[in-house]
Parts: sequence; C-alpha cells; structure tokens
Amino acid sequence: MSKGLINKILPFSSVDGPGNRTAIFMQGCNFNCLYCHNPETINNCHNCGLCIATCPKGCLLKQEGFVAWNKDQCIDCDNCLKSCKSCSSPKAIWMSIEEVMYKIENTKCFISGITISGGECMLQKEFVTELCEEVKALNLTTFIDSNGSVPFWGDDRLINAIDMVMLDVKAYDSEAHKMLTGKDNQIVLKNLDYLASINKLYEVRTVIVPEVLDNIRTVDMVSKRIAKLNANIRYKLIKYRPIGVRTQLINSYVPTNELMEELYDIAKANGCKNIVII
Amino acid sequence: MSDVKDIIKDTTLTYEQKVLALAKAAENSINVLNIDEETQKYRDEGVICDLFEGNAPYRPRYIVPDYERFLSKGSKFLGLEPPKNIWEATNHLLILYRHVPSITSFPVYLGNIDYLLDRFIKDEEESYQAIKLFLLHIDRTITDSFCHANIGPKATKAGSLILRASKELNTSIPNITLKYSDETPNDFALEAIATSLETAKPSFANHEMFSKEFGNDYGIASCYNGLPIGGGSFTLVRMNLAKLRPIAKNTDDFLNNLLPHVVSKMAAYMDERIRFLVEESGFAESNFLVKEELIAMDRFTAMFGMVGLAEIVNHLLDAKEEADRYGHSKTADELGIRIITRLEEEVNKYNSPYCKFSNGKFLLHAQVGIDTDVNISPGCRIPIGEEPEMLDHIMHSSYFHKFFPSGIGDIFRFDSTVKNNMNYVLDVLKGAMKVGMRYISFYSSDSDVVRITGYLVKRSDMEKLDTGEAVLNGSAVLGLGAVKNQHVLDRKERKE
Ligand code: SF4
Ligand code: SF4
Repeated sequence: MSKGLINKILPFSSVDGPGNRTAIFMQGCNFNCLYCHNPETINNCHNCGLCIATCPKGCLLKQEGFVAWNKDQCIDCDNCLKSCKSCSSPKAIWMSIEEVMYKIENTKCFISGITISGGECMLQKEFVTELCEEVKALNLTTFIDSNGSVPFWGDDRLINAIDMVMLDVKAYDSEAHKMLTGKDNQIVLKNLDYLASINKLYEVRTVIVPEVLDNIRTVDMVSKRIAKLNANIRYKLIKYRPIGVRTQLINSYVPTNELMEELYDIAKANGCKNIVII
Repeated sequence: MSDVKDIIKDTTLTYEQKVLALAKAAENSINVLNIDEETQKYRDEGVICDLFEGNAPYRPRYIVPDYERFLSKGSKFLGLEPPKNIWEATNHLLILYRHVPSITSFPVYLGNIDYLLDRFIKDEEESYQAIKLFLLHIDRTITDSFCHANIGPKATKAGSLILRASKELNTSIPNITLKYSDETPNDFALEAIATSLETAKPSFANHEMFSKEFGNDYGIASCYNGLPIGGGSFTLVRMNLAKLRPIAKNTDDFLNNLLPHVVSKMAAYMDERIRFLVEESGFAESNFLVKEELIAMDRFTAMFGMVGLAEIVNHLLDAKEEADRYGHSKTADELGIRIITRLEEEVNKYNSPYCKFSNGKFLLHAQVGIDTDVNISPGCRIPIGEEPEMLDHIMHSSYFHKFFPSGIGDIFRFDSTVKNNMNYVLDVLKGAMKVGMRYISFYSSDSDVVRITGYLVKRSDMEKLDTGEAVLNGSAVLGLGAVKNQHVLDRKERKE
C-alpha cells in the first residue's frame, strides 16, 4: 500500500464540504499562488534544518540527515513554519493508508465523510484513490479539494473512488492564471467540464482579489460556463483575506461587500442558481 | 432583620423578586433540621451546599407534574374541565404552571409541550398564534431561567411550531430540550439546530440513555436534570470537590477516607431535609398536585450533586502544564473516572427510606455551579479556557456522562459561520449521542441569548443589570455573576 505525505489531519471540519468532515491536508503543491494562505504546504521539506533552532519545545531534531518532529511535545506555536524559507513544514509526515484509517476510525461516527485537500492532493493520486476506496467502504463520502491541474479524466479507478470534487478556478484567462499561480489553466477548465459532465462537481471556487486579478472577467466567464454545464453547481466566491498570506508577494485587500454583490449579480444574471459568498 | 430591610430597599429587584426574597428570608429565620457538628462544619466550609434550598424544606425542589393526566382529567381544585382546543389547552397549562411549587416558586418543568399540544392543532396558523402567545406568556411571567420545556423525540406539527415561535421570540425562557433518538427525523433535528444557533435552545438529550434508566416517562427539568414524570426530586445538595483540596492528604487518602466520609455526611443531611419535607411539612397531605395524582410521593428521588472534579484532579496530581491537566492527560482523566466511580459506589451505599422511585438510592448529578463560584468547574467539565479540540472534548464527556442520570451536560459555542452548514452540527450531535454523551447544548457566538452553565440568560439583560437596572428575569443576576466569576462568555469558539 502506498504512503502519503500529509501536512495535517483535522478531525472535524465545518468548511470543507457538506456536514462534518475529517479534512486531510496533503503536503506539496504545483502552484505557487500569490495569495496562498497556507504556503507551508507548497514544498516538501529538504531538511535544511533552519527551523530547528526556532522550536521552543525542542521537538525538532536532525536524525540521519532528516529533520524529525516529536509530535507529543509540539504545542503548535508554528514558529517552525514562520522560519522556513522554503514554504514547507517539518511537521508533514509520511503516513500509510492504515495510519490514516486509524484516525478516521476515531471520527467516523461524527462525520459525513472526508475531504482530501492540500497542497494539491491530486499530486498523490494513487494514495488518494486507495484512501477513498477504504473510506467509501465505511459508508462515508469522499470529497476532493483540488486546484484542477491534474486531469481527473482517464482514471476510472479514481473516479469511482471519489464522490465529489471542489474545484478552484482561480482565473479564467491563461495569462492571468500564470501570473497568479505560475501555471497555465487549460487542464483546470477541462476538468471543470469533465467533472460537471459526470455529476461529480460539488462546487467551483474563485477567490476575489482586488487590483491583482480581473475578478469581473473571471466570474463572468466561469459562471457562464457553470450555467451551461449545470446551473445547480454551487459557485463560491471567496473574499481574499490577508491571513497567513506572504504579503510581500501581493498587494491587495479584502474586497468590499459592494464588489462581492456585483459579482454575485453577474453570476446570477448568467444563470447560476447556487451562488455563495464567503 | 437587616436582611429583610435590605431586600425591601433593593432597587435592582422587581416587586415580585422582593416578595420571593422575603419569603426565603422568613424561611431561613428558623432552624428545624437536625444537623450534626461535622456536617455543619462541611457546610460552613462550602464542601456541602444546599444551593439556596432554604432552612425548612416545605416543597420538593424539582416537581415534574404529569401534565398529560391534567389535560385528560382537568383539575377539580383549579375548577378546570379538560381542554377542547388549543386556546383552552395553552391557557389551562399556564394556569397550572402558576401552582407548581419549587424553591424559586417557579415551575422547573413545563411538560413535553409538543406532545401535549399536538392533538389540538387544527388550523396551523391559529395554533401558531396560540403557541407564540403561550411561550411569550411563559417568558414574561415565569421569570426564572430554570423553567424547562421538552419536545420530541418524534417530530410533530406542534414541535415545529414551537421551534418557529422560539426563534421568532428569541427569549431566554423557557429552556427547551429536544429528546433526541433514532426516531427523530433529520429535518426536525435540523430545525432544532437552526433554532439553537439563533436562540441557544433547544439542547439535546440522549433519549435512549434516559429512557433506559427512567423508562419513557421522564422529563428534563431545570438545567438538564432527568427526573421521573409524576414525581421529581425532593432535594439537590452538592459536594464541592474543589473545597476538599486543603484537607486531602493524597489521592489514596482522598479516595478511601475523605470522600467516603463526606458522602456519608452529605447523604444523611439530604435525608434529614427530605424527612422534614415528607414527615413534618405537610406538603404531601395538603397539596392538590398530590391529591389529584399529578404527582405521587413514590415517584420522587433525590439528587446528589457534585462540582469541581477538574480542580481536585489537578490538585491531587499537582498538574500545572496543560498536557498534564484534566481534559488533556490520560492519567488525569483516569483519576477523574476513578473518583466518580468511587463516588457512585459510596453514594449507593446509602439507603433512603423516602426515595422509592430509585429504590432508596440518590441519583448523581453534575451540578452547574452557582454564580459565586470562582475557579470551580461545574460537575465534571473541563475548565473554560482549557477546552481541548471538539472530538477530544466530546470523548472526554462521554466517559463521565453515564454516571449521572439526574443530569450532566456540555456546551459548545460555534462561530456563526456554521449556520451555513447545519449538517455539520447534526453530524456532531449524532456522533456525540452514539458515543454516550447524555446531554449537549450549542449556541452561536452572535446570539443574544447565551447558555450560562445550564440555564439561559440574555446578554442584553445582564448588561442592564450591570448598570443597576432591575430586569424581569431573576436569573440574570446569576448569569452576570457567572460571567464575571466563571468567564462563561469566553468559552472556546469552534471554528473549523
Ligand atoms: S509548531 Fe511545534 S514543532 Fe513547530 S516550533 Fe512550535 S512546538 Fe516546535
Ligand atoms: S521545514 Fe523548512 S526550514 Fe525546516 S528543515 Fe524543512 S525546509 Fe528547512
């Protein structure tokens, strides 16, 4: 069985899909979004050791060239994350399917299912598939939170193992998407069409970032596309909030309620029936 | 009698609150109970506390009338025929509520009001008007937060109308509990959750657990006390474990000497209170509730209360760091369980001739504290400010809830964004019930009505009172004390 590199597991989450869900955050992302609010999930740790000295509890140690983390002593002060210059975390750990399932056994009577998020969980697709298969066997639902950069099509085993996907469409135009994330968005848009066509698209999300993105254009185009595919798919418009963000990379602010309402109206006029602002 | 003069001149009391305080002062001016020296010493030290029950018990503390019987038979004493429609039914109940004694003189139990009223629902909008007026009347006349109505477990039209009216009225009274079980449909549970996130009620009782212990004829009264319908509890006295810290030599001494000694003293003291009530006060001989069989003396029990488990555990283990403390460390939690197991054993050794319903036993009760408690956690709760993550918190509660048939509960405060995902709360509720949590309450950070420790008070009432104004709900005083002394508004907000 495969192992997955996991940034953290939240036993209860109210914001990662319907009902209560155990949220599993995978380490590693192929995007580098300017507004990323958990940049410590982007890269795998390369064991430089820089964070070791910043830990007030002495729970980071170099062992045989690797930085090891003593979970039991950790007080989650996140000093280590702040000191890391490589957008990583010494607290990400390799876990087997059994180890993750052991955690889910503890939460299973409290949850509707799990949501695998990240980082970008689809970079560890095999692990995601196996985990979802195990979780479905418990009669729980499996949701994937993805940036859409890895194709969902062409992998029946994966598609059978997952119930729904929550997909980020960060910008509609390729150039803007590259500027924001460092990557093109052709696959993202193809995933949007594909997942909608097989009824596995739970929601589409766009973060609204004043001054940095052409928010109106993205919302206009994405909402038209959603409406054409299935107007009942939820379109979630998320306010940019500078919490946890590398503010040296981005110069923006929380969008006004007026702007959010304007975007809401655009999506509505384009035919979307389920629009949420948060 | 300066006490009496102070009461008369107190401008923060309403007229009615003064009358009740004066009655209490009169009762407390006599001494009729036989209390031995050691017991008195424990009382003086606050180890044993009768929670304002008064010096001369002349009515049971918690009366849980059989309102079903009342609606089907009417009342000779009150001159009421059985009601024929929703207006008569709500009116009859309001009349009876005025005549149900308690230590505050306000009824602590209002009945399973959805089941009581459902048979009278013909026209839905008319019934809604009747129910809304009924609840409004209760809030404005039964001005005490320990007054408790029950609904469920099954969904009814009346149940939905009660939830709708509660949301609209947004009052702190009555407290409401939904008896939750597999028979409660999801949409009804979700209506209840939506209501609780607006107005901090209903709470949720584990129907399966309660009905195993009491049969189906039980009610949730006062804060969260499970009691037999048609009876109730003669008394509630509490043991404050935190006050035993100075005299507990070590864990062994505490468990094997001190605890058994205090239990035996407290049990005898409780029985002395009941003796006076049953044998001397004349309650059973004269009260119409007994004569009309709305209550029967053999359906009564008594509640053995406790507070401060967290404090005694942390003291005995000398636990300073969070990781070593109650609610966080396995050793501490295990000691907590040992203490409660021992407490149960010792309490069960006592045999009261009066508590027929519970075969002579007193039922354990995790008391929610009083307004003047400082740094003493209610029952078996984890101190505010030290709450662990929700999953760990619920699992922790589940270890203790089984010991306390006459009441224990935990409260969770949510960020208001959970209103966008009510199924989240439903999932948590279902899980909590499955792992054996007896009673659980929710409220949202933006709600005006807040759950203090078991009872509800409006923030706006406490603010008024804090500036020296009298407010209708007498319990606002207790709420304000608890806010200041126990930091109840700082309960951990659950956001994830
Ligand atoms: S979060 Fe944990 S590992 Fe990181 S610095 Fe703080 S205590 Fe150390
Ligand atoms: S977490 Fe960052 S700072 Fe720490 S060892 Fe890994 S790469 Fe270096």
